[in-house]
Amino acid sequence: MPQSLAVEIRDAVVMLGRFPALAGATVSIERGESVLLRGPNGAGKSTLLRLCAGLLRPARGVAEVLGIDLAKNRRAVRHRIGYVGHQSMLYDDLTVSENLRFWSKAAGVEPAQQRAAAERMQIDERLYDVPVRSLSAGQRRRTSIAVAAARRPELWLLDEPHAGLDQDGRQVIDDLISDAAAAGGAVLVASHELDRAQTVVHRTLEISGGMATEMVNPSA
Amino acid sequence: MLNEIALVAGKDLRVELRSRVALNQVAPFALMVLVLFGFALDADRATLGAFTPGLYWVTILLSSVLAVHRSVAIEAGDGAREGLLLTGLRPASIFLGKALALIAQLLAVAVVLLGGVTIFYDARIDDAVLLVAALVGAVIGVGAAGTLYGALLGGQRARETILPILLLPVLSPVLIAATRAFGDAMGTVAVNGWSWASGLYGFAAVYVALGVATHGALMEEN
Repeated sequence: MPQSLAVEIRDAVVMLGRFPALAGATVSIERGESVLLRGPNGAGKSTLLRLCAGLLRPARGVAEVLGIDLAKNRRAVRHRIGYVGHQSMLYDDLTVSENLRFWSKAAGVEPAQQRAAAERMQIDERLYDVPVRSLSAGQRRRTSIAVAAARRPELWLLDEPHAGLDQDGRQVIDDLISDAAAAGGAVLVASHELDRAQTVVHRTLEISGGMATEMVNPSA
Repeated sequence: MLNEIALVAGKDLRVELRSRVALNQVAPFALMVLVLFGFALDADRATLGAFTPGLYWVTILLSSVLAVHRSVAIEAGDGAREGLLLTGLRPASIFLGKALALIAQLLAVAVVLLGGVTIFYDARIDDAVLLVAALVGAVIGVGAAGTLYGALLGGQRARETILPILLLPVLSPVLIAATRAFGDAMGTVAVNGWSWASGLYGFAAVYVALGVATHGALMEEN
């Protein structure tokens, strides 16, 4: 895998039970590149993101992320990526600040780095002492992304990151995607908000039926 | 690694402080079971006294199922288990941290129950050192085995019903050994309680080792 590639997936098959959630997907992403993943519900977008995050095992094919073969060593990749999925990965009973502190310590992140990420996500300081279970969906989303951002990931994997966010929040996500790519990181973002997402990414990939991906015109 | 263990244990205990499941649900449940045993045995002091060690440990094991459920549920909620996978924390640290938090909660429940059997069953303690040694060894074993089986069933939808079916038979050696050791400590049976207590530590060591060795694979598969 060339050093310039952050993701190289070739003919990858991922089985969820007996169901092939990905059946021959091919994707490559350069460092410094942001890519939109689009496709209908059930096409395999989330599965592809979870594969890249090292949360799923490839049954067949090539799956390398940040130069690491996911079939051999998924653990080595996980702490270098910023994965934001459908679930917040936060503890409902803990406050926002307790969650931020726990996840930053667990990932070996300095407190200042975590604070900067929280500020970047524009988390209202008045919410810091509020239990996560009391947050709105948008506030929860911001907190979740702040946890991932604090790690300064080399590869962002964002699954519907705009969902539940207000206009300001969506703009913050757009800026995050642009800045991450400009800083030499790679971004793979799955979204149904095509009009918005296509304006901030370098190119778009289509996935359908988990069978394959193909490039389409980024400005289409 | 100690920092990681303390981090995970501290997080689980903080969640417990916020939710108070052990305090408001597990401990009252345990006390209620003790009272029900009293009703079932017709509040016969002599019978209750003779069976106190067994009733105490049956109650602890039933309560431990609730506590293990809670420990698993903390990670099952909103994808936190996957979050832990993404942190780079050692699986062994996660296991030991969660087991430590569970053991701390079970010890608290066990102490409350000791008060319960003293009040309701008129239990007396002849050998407090043996009693404490057996209690700690048994609770470590229950906490380690509970955390291990909780991880095994972590991703299963039917874990609430499967967990007791799997866990309680596994914990039967703890029930037997702890009951014998408590029997000696409470003067209800003439056995060598210390040999039973040492067996409890052997059980605990096996499940701590099993948990440390397998927790990573269990987290990956569930």
